[in-house]
Amino acid sequence: MAEFILEFEKPVSELEKKIQEWLRISKDNDLNVDDELKLLTQKLEQTKKDIYENLTPWQRVQLARHPKRPYTLDYINMICTDFMEFHGDRRYRDDAAIVGGFAKLDGQPLMVIGTQKGRNTKENVMRNFGCPHPEGYRKALRLMQVADRAGIPIVCFIDTPGAFPGVASEERHIGEAIAVNLREMFDLSVPILAVVIGEGGSGGALGIGVGNKILIMENAYYSVITPEGCAAILWDDRSFSAQAAAALKLSARDLVELKIVDDIIPEPLGGAHRDFDAAAGGVKTTIAKHLVELSAMSPEALKEQRYEKFRHIGAFKDGK
Amino acid sequence: MALFGSGKARYSTLRPTKTGPNKNTLIPEGLWEKCKKCYGTVYTRQMEENLNVCPRCGYHKPITAQQRIALLSDSGSFQEVDAGLESVDKLKFEGVASYTEKLRANQKKTGMKDAVVCGTVTLNGIRYALAVMDFRFLGASMGSVVGEKITRITELATAEGLPLVIVTASGGARMYEGMLSLMQMAKTSGALKRHAKAGLPYITILTHPTYAGVTASFASLGDLTLAEPGAMIGFAGPRVIRDTAQAKLPEGFQTAEFLLEKGMIDRIVARKNLAHELALCLEYFTSGCKVQDGSK
Ligand SMILES: [Zn+2]
Repeated sequence: MAEFILEFEKPVSELEKKIQEWLRISKDNDLNVDDELKLLTQKLEQTKKDIYENLTPWQRVQLARHPKRPYTLDYINMICTDFMEFHGDRRYRDDAAIVGGFAKLDGQPLMVIGTQKGRNTKENVMRNFGCPHPEGYRKALRLMQVADRAGIPIVCFIDTPGAFPGVASEERHIGEAIAVNLREMFDLSVPILAVVIGEGGSGGALGIGVGNKILIMENAYYSVITPEGCAAILWDDRSFSAQAAAALKLSARDLVELKIVDDIIPEPLGGAHRDFDAAAGGVKTTIAKHLVELSAMSPEALKEQRYEKFRHIGAFKDGK
Repeated sequence: MALFGSGKARYSTLRPTKTGPNKNTLIPEGLWEKCKKCYGTVYTRQMEENLNVCPRCGYHKPITAQQRIALLSDSGSFQEVDAGLESVDKLKFEGVASYTEKLRANQKKTGMKDAVVCGTVTLNGIRYALAVMDFRFLGASMGSVVGEKITRITELATAEGLPLVIVTASGGARMYEGMLSLMQMAKTSGALKRHAKAGLPYITILTHPTYAGVTASFASLGDLTLAEPGAMIGFAGPRVIRDTAQAKLPEGFQTAEFLLEKGMIDRIVARKNLAHELALCLEYFTSGCKVQDGSK
């Protein structure tokens, strides 16, 4: 895809185009356009601030799904060294919608695992648009248990619209695959970080998401249902997705308030897709910070903390 | 064992109504009902005596939590726990109708505070912990209360060394509680890990319909998984799958029978045999090794 501009990003891209035009004019005609450029650049910065510092939940969902956004393997390649990918669930096949393997972060050995989207049609056929089948979750658990054996921390990158809703998924028991991961992740003796880098699509995201800490990028979202799905059920009309996105409290700040997410990873202004290096820098720094903290804990303490973290999530009253 | 339909039944499916004859069928309401599967007309009393299973076609009609508890326990043995837990509108959910109104309407309709009833019971004298979901309450969707109560009964079973039985029925996570509800999947699964590590048995009984977040958590984690005939069980709903695949779904897709063939469940048990088979399972789990050393 040559260009992908979201509706609300248009004022920004128009100004960027204008700047390019002035630069071309100045080059072609040997003109001094410094004043025009200065004005436009100022305007661009202000426009970016106005738009990106006041994003609605629905706009963030769109940024989280941006086809140019960095994906799991992009982050692994940018922040890690010595990545060795491992394949297969030992039962059925290798699911390319989930990747995983050994990697080092500043020399610290890790098991990195993540849902992986494709950048183009061919890749998306292979990656199934980042929607795993049961074997993806089973591979993920197998690799987590390898990490447990090796005594090294696990980092799970989450970026999926959801587990794949299909006949094959059901026939091979997608519900069971996710459920077993939820149960077994509580039994791992090593630090686990769950990092939502894009879409946190419901059970399909949670299936690799039982971390000691849950981190989320500023424009990522994590939701029990897609805004479209919620709008279809409650309003009987998908065009209410923006309202649904707001009602679901799916954005980073809301999730911190609900005591589900532990930390927000800042993104470059305009979103991670506008500056891969800056986005990766934020991811790396935040992961490293939390790994240091968790590495000080004993295996038993890690399990206890993980249990207690989830044990306390929920809101209810007790009328006795 | 209190099989319902016996004189001591503690519930009644249909209250006597004062409405006149149904205009379409000319059958007085309350006396007769139409089977949802075979569309045959069946005496309501006959239906109740048959454990709410259609005597014509064997359709297993969903039953209430109270009815299920009566079915699976020795009469009068049920001791409810955590009965006071109630949902709150933490998200201040701005939808078409308010969550609080939805809750109130469902409480009024069912007489329940939320979608699950938990407690300890005995069956053939064997004590166990039981949780039963009731589909009438907001489609037995799992919000914080369902998640908390399932977790608490699991923790109670672990602490008291009891087998755990969960009878599931659910449309999935409760949208109105957003991510709080999704996280109940992890919470309940974590409690089940501790129960399993304590060496205690967990049996699930999947009833119609069991879907989504409940399937992808405690419903799929039983040491033994039983299901009622014809129950629809799955992760994604059939409509979503049909839309994604844009193809016809296989015959019997997502029925208990289909899942038995695909290796997901251990046994399909007709309702009339359920108490007996559950009691047997519990006995197998709790009787221990009784082989005698014949040489002495
Ligand atoms: Zn029938």
